[in-house]
Amino acid sequence: MKKNIFSKRYLKETFIEGGLLMAALFSVFITISIVIILAYESYGFFKAVPLKDFLTGTQWTPLFAEPRFGILPLVAGTLLTTLIALIVALPLGMLVAVYLSEYAPHKLREIIKPVLELLAAVPTVVYGYFALSFLTPILQKFLPDLSGFNALSPGIIMGIMIIPYVSSVSEDAMIAVPMHIREGSYAMGATKLQTAFKVVIPSAFSGIAAAFIIGISRAIGETMVVSIAAGGMPNLTINPLEAVQTLTAYIVQVSLGDVPHGTVEYKTIFAAGMTLFLMTLGFNLLGFWLRKRIREVY
Amino acid sequence: MQNTDIRKRIKAIRRWNGIFRIVGLLSTFVGLVLLFALMADLFTDGFPRLSYKFFASFPSRFPEEAGILSAWVGSCLVLLVTACAAIPLGVAAGVYLEEYARKNWLTDLIEINIANLAGVPSIVYGLLALGLFVYFFRFGESVLTGGLTLALLILPMVIMATREAIRAIPNSIREASYAVGATKWQTVKWHIIPYSTGGILTGIIIGLSRAIGETAPIITVGALTFIAFLPEPPISSDFPFISFKWLLDPFTVMPIQMFNWVSRPQKGFQLNAAAAGIVLMGMTLLMNGIAIYIRYKFRKKIKW
Repeated sequence: MKKNIFSKRYLKETFIEGGLLMAALFSVFITISIVIILAYESYGFFKAVPLKDFLTGTQWTPLFAEPRFGILPLVAGTLLTTLIALIVALPLGMLVAVYLSEYAPHKLREIIKPVLELLAAVPTVVYGYFALSFLTPILQKFLPDLSGFNALSPGIIMGIMIIPYVSSVSEDAMIAVPMHIREGSYAMGATKLQTAFKVVIPSAFSGIAAAFIIGISRAIGETMVVSIAAGGMPNLTINPLEAVQTLTAYIVQVSLGDVPHGTVEYKTIFAAGMTLFLMTLGFNLLGFWLRKRIREVY
Repeated sequence: MQNTDIRKRIKAIRRWNGIFRIVGLLSTFVGLVLLFALMADLFTDGFPRLSYKFFASFPSRFPEEAGILSAWVGSCLVLLVTACAAIPLGVAAGVYLEEYARKNWLTDLIEINIANLAGVPSIVYGLLALGLFVYFFRFGESVLTGGLTLALLILPMVIMATREAIRAIPNSIREASYAVGATKWQTVKWHIIPYSTGGILTGIIIGLSRAIGETAPIITVGALTFIAFLPEPPISSDFPFISFKWLLDPFTVMPIQMFNWVSRPQKGFQLNAAAAGIVLMGMTLLMNGIAIYIRYKFRKKIKW
């Protein structure tokens, strides 16, 4: 039967499909607008500040009378807190994932998983309060040198916060490893531990790598915990006991103040945002590619 | 190798296996213990501050008189805008990608793009909203701007939840519908959407619970931290009885109010922050609880 392209039914169907496509394309428009707005405002910034000073300068004092625009202290702060978070989140997240996928009884897993996901649901401002008013005083008992604002305490809290991101994606990847591969290992007399580390983890490697990358990307972009508990001083240091400022915390600091629209100070937040966006974009694309790969393996 | 040596090695390997079982269980509980400590900390600090007056007062210079009235009203209004914008868009995009999209470069592009958007730091959405809604569309620092910003933020979550829910529907359902002559849209409307409602609702509620706790992008678009009045009421006594003026009113939300109190050194404000934290946690946990309940309920109801 030939399709009558003028029939009411056909027109309606096409119209609806077009509408749905527009909705799906909307997400692409969001990305494009992010890039355009960040690029446009950063362009204004880089007209005033040479790119070389921005990338290699070691001082970030845009709000001072004699402003300096070196992004390195903010990048260092971001990387330092991220690193601390990863030292906490990656091993713990992995252990949780191995335990839940290989050891835990089905019932326990069904209960634990949603409760763990709650860790990611707690508002980050609450975590910030917790880092500042609970963890920092406790840490100060063990580390007398620790200042009231520091990179360590928010880093640890961020690490706990991203455990569910790391553990649930790794666990999904491990569960996707077919049972017969495990059974082959058990048949050779291997224990669950040997099977987990020598068979399951290598087979699920790209999924686990994707989970790590999601965790990294989260930690880089986390804002409120570091704004509240890490202090507000751009500080080029690798000492976790000192106060630092991250890219995200800087943006918050400027947004809270009264910086007039269109000034160089106003544009600095877009330059910082651009740096942040590019850092996470790289990790996100890598993670997407890795996850796509696991789907294709089996 | 001697027989006893082998036995020894097997014993050692078994022992490691047992040790790991305990270590694994313990590390699973690290997060839970912390969650518990966090709630205990909030409650011991903030519980005495929770009273009717706390909910019914505006912020104040005096910690004992300060309350969260403008904050919780603002949060509710912002969430309303977010839901109205994100739900239709997200569900439509999810339906398109699962039911209509052909396998081509455009679909790939949309998929990569959504995966990337889900990983963009929330504060970058704030910068986008600052440039787009505040200065380009000139919505100002209003409820509308705040709601739309959060809608962009949770859109990828709604899309992904919709897709997952739809993917769980077996193909036989679609084929049965086509076999009796239904068009694609009729199949979607009468079968796909009703059967995936549970999963979609779960995703939406979890997305909204994220939105309610988001602080960074709302700070960037310039929500004020000291608001001592409420937005225009949405229902007015004069014709046409419904007013949309509140959309363009300045606002504050719960997490911003809490952030504002956290960053003050006085002890009184710290206690207020903890009290606001309890309310915020309560809202988040309640929404997550509802989501888990819905998922459980629908999973029981629908069996293929």
